[in-house]
Amino acid sequence: MVAENLAKGTVGQGATPHVEVHDLNVRFGRQVVLRDIQLSVPYGQTLVVIGESGCGKTVLLKSIIGLIRPASGFVSFAGDRLDSLSDKALTRLRTRFGFVFQQAALFDSMTIAENIEFPLRQHRSISREQAHAEVVRLLGEVGLPSAALGKKPAELSGGMRKRVGLARALVMSPEVLLYDEPTTGLDPIVSDVINELIMHTRERHSVTSILVTHDMRSAQKVADRIVMLYPFSRLERDEPQIIFDGTPQEIRESTDRRVSQFVRGEAGERLMEMNQ
Amino acid sequence: MGNGLPNLANPELQRRGLSGAVYDSVADLGAVVIRWVAIVGDVTIFALKTVSWLMTRLPRRDTLLPSFYNIGVLSLPVVALTGTFIGMVLAVQSYTQFRAFGFETRLGALINMSMCRELGPVLAATMLAGRVGSAIAAELGTMRVTEQIDALVSMGVNPIRHLVVPRFLACLLMIPSLTLMAIFMGTVGGGFYAVSVLGIDSYHYWSNSQQFVSNWDLFYGIFKSVFFGAIIAIVSCHRGFNCAPGAEGVGRAATAAFVMSFVIILIVDFVLSVMLDQVHDAIWPEHFTGL
Repeated sequence: MVAENLAKGTVGQGATPHVEVHDLNVRFGRQVVLRDIQLSVPYGQTLVVIGESGCGKTVLLKSIIGLIRPASGFVSFAGDRLDSLSDKALTRLRTRFGFVFQQAALFDSMTIAENIEFPLRQHRSISREQAHAEVVRLLGEVGLPSAALGKKPAELSGGMRKRVGLARALVMSPEVLLYDEPTTGLDPIVSDVINELIMHTRERHSVTSILVTHDMRSAQKVADRIVMLYPFSRLERDEPQIIFDGTPQEIRESTDRRVSQFVRGEAGERLMEMNQ
Repeated sequence: MGNGLPNLANPELQRRGLSGAVYDSVADLGAVVIRWVAIVGDVTIFALKTVSWLMTRLPRRDTLLPSFYNIGVLSLPVVALTGTFIGMVLAVQSYTQFRAFGFETRLGALINMSMCRELGPVLAATMLAGRVGSAIAAELGTMRVTEQIDALVSMGVNPIRHLVVPRFLACLLMIPSLTLMAIFMGTVGGGFYAVSVLGIDSYHYWSNSQQFVSNWDLFYGIFKSVFFGAIIAIVSCHRGFNCAPGAEGVGRAATAAFVMSFVIILIVDFVLSVMLDQVHDAIWPEHFTGL
């Protein structure tokens, strides 16, 4: 349905948001991770979701693509509800997303070339030569030499693996790119390379991007809009879990103590809690 | 076992004193029963999904062949070696008893029938569960922990079709060959020891074997082995898919895959043996087996 709408051009960059999250609630057993999350991402926007570890950022990202089923609420893609799609339609829809995982999640039994061309070979009738040409082009786009093609993921550094992960996410020309902590565990130089790649990818492919991170330098650099999630266990009763929604400029000027502490990287009252 | 299954009795409900202890014991027992029912249901759904994908579309050749090679070809040497020694051990253990009754020339019938009906299939299944089942659980468990299975799903690839179906098919189709190899090597090993070391007359040894062991016995073992292969594949893949996080989780998945497969194989072995004997009696009532 979504695919048909997009093919017909009946879904465009009009009033319908590209990705929408409605009253999303996620629980693991008795533990509430996300409560009543409302989020709307317009076409072409780069949204960065920040928040401390364990606040549910990755859970939110995985819920958007249906890797985690919510207890209630739903996600819409270009106006179509994901929870109303059949398994087959949802599987087809997922090819319109690209997901860059925190540890790249490359298939360690395959070479780099096989990893990148894997989605192509699964979903499109494409010759070996065409697939190879596409892999070389994408590898160049993420700044890796073609010498890396025959290597296994274990032979690459963390930064290189993330770039391969980005190349694999781009191979199906997705409309939405989801990044899970793309700069975590990387040195500042490589982190900046990844940030530049994210911005370059957005300009070149006109994708909508949702990025989850706790790296404020990265968030400030790539975001059009920043949303801050707060751990459910620390919220006051009936307080919304998204405690900030605004531009990078606005988050720097935020007067909310929890937001400003996170932006400045200060422990604040958490130190006292630890001492107690 | 993770996977959102219920835990043992809720601590909030625990009571003190003798009545509390009885209450807690009953509650714990109930929780264990519920957990096992949930696991059995989960494994059944997993197996049904695998079979439905198998019916819908076969995996690509380049996905199938490595599984067949790894599960079938690479398991042959160890199955052949253990089969040989099991055959020889049977000869050693039975010889004294048979000689006491003057039945030593009938040793071949015992060894070969045991290998065909019971030891061949169970030995091949044990080797496969140990060598391949644990490896499958560890490999898929690592893929779960490192988000490779999530990556497959996010790319619009069904992980059961891509990861489970090739391993299931390979276990199902390769285990009869492994069972045949175990039976053959056990027969050869037992025959070699009985004739060459124990000095039993080779003509009577083999003619007695021929008289007592039939094609039905061979079919009996191979038929059972197909079920064992399916059990190993489903249990191992299920354990891998539901692996708990971390190295400990992967280790537990590998161990659980072997233990669960082996226990289920022995139970299914008993059920199938009873069932096959009844089928045999129904088809050939003149050769009644006694059930």
